[in-house]
Amino acid sequence: MVRVTEIPTKKAKHVGKFGKLVLEDGTVFEGMGFGYSTKVFGEAVFNTGMVGYTEALTDPSYSGQILTLTYPLVGNYGVPDPASKDSDGLKTHFESERIQARGLVVHELSQTASHWNLAMTLDEWLYEEKVPGISGIDTRALTTKLRTKGVMMASLVVSENEIDEQEIMRELAVAKKYNDEEFMDVVSVKEPQLYGTEGESVVVVDTGVKNAILRNVRRLGYKVVRVPWNYSIEKILSYNPKGVVLSNGPGDPIKCKKTMDTARQLIDKNIPTLGICLGAQILGLAGGASTYKLKYGHRGQNKSCIDLENKQVYVTSQNHGYCIDPESLKKTDFKLWFSNTDDNTVEGIRHKEKKIIAVQFHPEASPGPFDCMFVFEELKKLIGEENAKR
Amino acid sequence: MLGFGGQTALNCGVKLDEMEALKKYGIRVLGTQVEGIKATEDRQLFKDSMIECNVPVLKSKTVYNFEQAKEVATDLGYPVIIRVAYTLGGKGGGVAHNEIELHEIVTRGLNASLVGQVLIEEYVGHWKQIEYEVMADYDGNNIIICNMENVLSMRVHTGDNIVVAPSQTLDNHEYQMLRSAALRAARHVGIVGECNIQFAMDMDSDKYVAIEMNPRLSRSSALASKATGYPIAYMAAKIGMGYKLPELVNRITKTTTACFEPSLDYIVCKHPRWDFSKFELANRNLGPTMKSVGEVMAVGRCFEESLQKAIRMLEIGNDGLVANRKQEEVYDVEEIENKLQKPDDKILYHVAAALKQGISVERIYKLSAIDPWFIEKIENIVKKESELKDGELDVKLLGTAKEIGFSDKQIGRIVGKDDMEIRKRRKDLGIVPVVKRIDTLAAEWPAQTNYLYMTYGGKSNDFEVNSTNEKVAVLGAGPYRIGSSVEFDWGTVNMVWGLKENGVKEVSVINCNPETVSTDYDICDRLYFEELTLERVLDIAEFEKLSGVVTAVGGQTANNLTPKLAKNGIKIVGTSFEDIDRAENRSNFSKVLDDLHIRQPPWQAFSKLVDAKKFALKVGYPVLVRPSYVLSGAAMKVVWSEEQLKKYLEEATNVSPDYPVVITKFMLNSLEAEVDGVSDGKNVVIGAVIEHIEGAGIHSGDSMMCIPPWSLSNKIIETILEYTNKIATAFKIKGPFNLQFLINANQVYVIELNIRASRSMPFVSKFVRMNLISLAARAVLGKTLPAVPKDRWQKIHSYGVKVPQFSFMQLEGADIILGVEMQSTGEAACFGESFYDALAKGLMSSGYALPREGSVLITAGGSENKEKLLQTALLLKSLGYKILATEHTAEFLSDKRIGDVEVVYKISEPERKPNIADLLYERKIDFIINVPSTSTLEKYVGMLYDEYQIRRKAVELGVPVLITTELADSFAKTLEWLRNNETTKKPLDPYEKFD
Repeated sequence: MVRVTEIPTKKAKHVGKFGKLVLEDGTVFEGMGFGYSTKVFGEAVFNTGMVGYTEALTDPSYSGQILTLTYPLVGNYGVPDPASKDSDGLKTHFESERIQARGLVVHELSQTASHWNLAMTLDEWLYEEKVPGISGIDTRALTTKLRTKGVMMASLVVSENEIDEQEIMRELAVAKKYNDEEFMDVVSVKEPQLYGTEGESVVVVDTGVKNAILRNVRRLGYKVVRVPWNYSIEKILSYNPKGVVLSNGPGDPIKCKKTMDTARQLIDKNIPTLGICLGAQILGLAGGASTYKLKYGHRGQNKSCIDLENKQVYVTSQNHGYCIDPESLKKTDFKLWFSNTDDNTVEGIRHKEKKIIAVQFHPEASPGPFDCMFVFEELKKLIGEENAKR
Repeated sequence: MLGFGGQTALNCGVKLDEMEALKKYGIRVLGTQVEGIKATEDRQLFKDSMIECNVPVLKSKTVYNFEQAKEVATDLGYPVIIRVAYTLGGKGGGVAHNEIELHEIVTRGLNASLVGQVLIEEYVGHWKQIEYEVMADYDGNNIIICNMENVLSMRVHTGDNIVVAPSQTLDNHEYQMLRSAALRAARHVGIVGECNIQFAMDMDSDKYVAIEMNPRLSRSSALASKATGYPIAYMAAKIGMGYKLPELVNRITKTTTACFEPSLDYIVCKHPRWDFSKFELANRNLGPTMKSVGEVMAVGRCFEESLQKAIRMLEIGNDGLVANRKQEEVYDVEEIENKLQKPDDKILYHVAAALKQGISVERIYKLSAIDPWFIEKIENIVKKESELKDGELDVKLLGTAKEIGFSDKQIGRIVGKDDMEIRKRRKDLGIVPVVKRIDTLAAEWPAQTNYLYMTYGGKSNDFEVNSTNEKVAVLGAGPYRIGSSVEFDWGTVNMVWGLKENGVKEVSVINCNPETVSTDYDICDRLYFEELTLERVLDIAEFEKLSGVVTAVGGQTANNLTPKLAKNGIKIVGTSFEDIDRAENRSNFSKVLDDLHIRQPPWQAFSKLVDAKKFALKVGYPVLVRPSYVLSGAAMKVVWSEEQLKKYLEEATNVSPDYPVVITKFMLNSLEAEVDGVSDGKNVVIGAVIEHIEGAGIHSGDSMMCIPPWSLSNKIIETILEYTNKIATAFKIKGPFNLQFLINANQVYVIELNIRASRSMPFVSKFVRMNLISLAARAVLGKTLPAVPKDRWQKIHSYGVKVPQFSFMQLEGADIILGVEMQSTGEAACFGESFYDALAKGLMSSGYALPREGSVLITAGGSENKEKLLQTALLLKSLGYKILATEHTAEFLSDKRIGDVEVVYKISEPERKPNIADLLYERKIDFIINVPSTSTLEKYVGMLYDEYQIRRKAVELGVPVLITTELADSFAKTLEWLRNNETTKKPLDPYEKFD
């Protein structure tokens, strides 16, 4: 018989609790609580990806949100070792240092996880990170509601005891709204961080950056300087960067005034810049466009975008609630680069003269398809042009 | 377009290209070009192209003879897998653990391959088997429609595997890594349209290899289409025409683009259907050669639910993974561990049995190479069974049992209650399934289409049925199996269209076969991709508030539900339940025939063995034994001795306890004929009278048949038509029916009436250019049928021949001798100007080589058969074929002055030369006439091993074997006809309209 090696298998531990998800419109979903027993408030959103819950949960763009996964079987492959780090000191399997979503809503939490790379189960991880989860929810019904009524505030409560939903509703009514929350101080680094020692520098402005963005810039051969969201242009230029990346992140872009100022300067000075997701919205705003909030956002790994320059279509990973108004783009120096083939929303912009590009989707994937990795190469090309000019 | 007709079309296209026929006529290939096809079909080219685009492959080498194979295998180390280039469904491949096995498989494979090459490769049976379906256009846009994971690892051919979609045990990194590799590979070989790529993935790391690629629509792509709601074939056709992916619109949302990747919010489970029980000697083990004959797909919100639904859909008498009517066999630990290592069709039941014995998940995984995740889910089912045994049936227990797919029957059986009692109890407790849509994008956009499934994994329906229109559901036929194939799918689809044409506002279909057109969501108003069980049909009837159900076009599956549905107050649209019951109940049926003075073979119904024995002795063996409500002879058998009768009756009563057993005199040496028709209760429309080419005793599904009858006299045809009229009106048939006759000594006997669409109806409809099911749709709705002359079919001056297709090659060990148990897995129908014109085409279509010259081996048992073959032998001789024969047959032929017969020796006497085995391998025998003594007797009294060996070897080497004297005669005459004629090529005319 052929040798078959053992696969680590673990059983769920922090399960069987009381759990309720209460929506702003009064809808109550009852299920089994798991993970950490606590009460959280946030914006209820859904993601249609079928894999990648570890990446999604650690994506800082989910700050302030209660994440529903439409794929009904979650936790199958558990969670890899949170302590594992790459040579730059970034967590190998995660997008940030911790779980960023406020809560997790699933149809079925797998009571067993098995995978060669498994260190713990999903509920165990949530418990350790003090995040509540709920399973047994008709996530399709919930998704349909969010699709038809739009995303809304919600409360997720996990408890060892019976939950009084009336009280939750009262608290939910006065809880701070997602749109009003200030996320930058929570998700951004406080001090600059350096990754790598060799080569030219690229500054990444951290408005809640995903590790995969840092990794991809590193892969291009650059040293990465990760700076706080409100770093001034002077401080950024002090690193003599060959290029700048404005990162993804949570919340309304209009709240990132200081990053917007930086972006304006970057455009003026024609410094090769790539904006991703929130970064794209900030560049758009800096260039004179306006942004708006989508009814229920784009969150998934199957979103197709067309590159208007060569008519190629790519399947992209997305996670955003806000986007650039295509009408407002017309009066700016930006032209449309990528467009969403489903609803024609703005998915990428390119400055008509300057070395400024931005995409609304996530070229770094993680989770999601790798088809748009070439966007990072585009940044490298812009830097190359700049270098050649000198 | 070469990518739409399976491997057959692909091979045909490659051949046309190589012959330069495409070039000569200036024909362009649309979609993937021939170069691309070759890069995936030829093993070495495939490997080279994968390495070029940075996709890892297994170490392997193409060989052209056994010596090379031996060298490579020694180099790679055993076990090795042998794959055959240019062939169907892994045909002829296998795993060799040593040199002896290697010799066997390589020799067979080299012969089966169109190009005489096989590939010797490292064996990675314990790795995961993952598939991706890719769509790509001419502009390089490409997407993944679906990925799938095989539960039974690489050990088992994906066609025989239990498959889930999407993959369950891959994380994001692995999923995306394989996804990118699939897209890279497709782009590199130049896929335009659709392709399937299969990967093996290590259980213990992220190592993977590409195993193979299918540059065409396949069974997997049909499954992917149904699993996601993405119409792959439709889109591939558009792409072939030059459309770009982003120009196409998602057919479900009607607003979003088709250039996207479906997101599922359910889990699909595909389960193969095997029919091993029809083949007495067939090896049930699963491996690299596909053996299943059909499949089902179940949709649920958790794996357990999908799996248990799928098992019910198979219609093999099981209600789920556990708690079945048939007691599970008990094995000791050693036995069960052995069974886990060698998967057969019962592997998942063995996993459940192992868990019950307390064998650990880890141990089961190590033995079976099934990912622990799946084993744990099976354990949930096993645990729930024991909870149900001990616990109180409260909301929680009942609800959770339903969520993981327990049927009311299973629960009832565990707690000792009737399934209807359980149904009532759970409904009282508010436990009912909800209806969800399959919409390609997990509810992110509104869906315009009603592609539906039911689940207990949810709290609310996606929509409600509010209209007051008449609503009819048509029951489909479930999985393809021996005896029920695409014919009933044709029936279902035409019935839906017919009902719509006749004014039914809302027509639903209930079916679960992913290979069919009836499960395309756009042919009806609402498609329920669901189980054809009483429980589920009642659930749907209640949800829909159905006006009625059509059970007449879904074969025996739907027919079997008729009495149960009727008893539960569901209206049967068409022939009334009482009339169907009178026909199905053997005693009642025969009584009506007696009253009508219609002859039938002597028969009697029994519930006691003693009486049965007495009767059989009186009429004389052989006798035909059958319980009521049977399908394709599933529980029907010709019995030759008292001992056999006893053994069989014990089995048969176990199969179907509710109905008595009927024993009929089996009339040897008879002709067989059938009539397909439609009646509205008063008027009868005759489709045609069809005559079988083989004598009675061979299952009607396995015999070749011909319209018009080729040997029946006008008087007999008149009698047949008269009987048909009498019977159709006596049973007040409102819809399609099929009536079967025996003709013995110029007397016509009725042997069977089926008040439903038959297997031959599409054949008849196409031949007479009159869609019988369209007419049936009127009849079931109570409308009057148009007046069609009863001799309409006789006025068509051409011939139609239907030839069965067998799959013995795939069923290691199975014998090709036919009997009343149907064994064919498909058929070809051909039309021609003359009988031989049609037959020549039919034989070629079903894979018979028609050698223009060469050698024929004749071996016949019994003097009667030898006599009958004399004329055939003479004809072949005169046509210049060299005749080889075994000793006795040769002696007989020489006595009859057929000279120059070469004596050859049996396979069991290998030392005697010339030996049949050698001649077969050396390709010195072009076809074989092998008729066992007294036709079917030997098969049942005891196999003549030597004859079996000849047939088996011939099948494995692709040499035609003719096993009846009638077939041999027709075959020889066809060869003669081909000397002076060419087969005709004419387009088929459309159906005629009747008002």
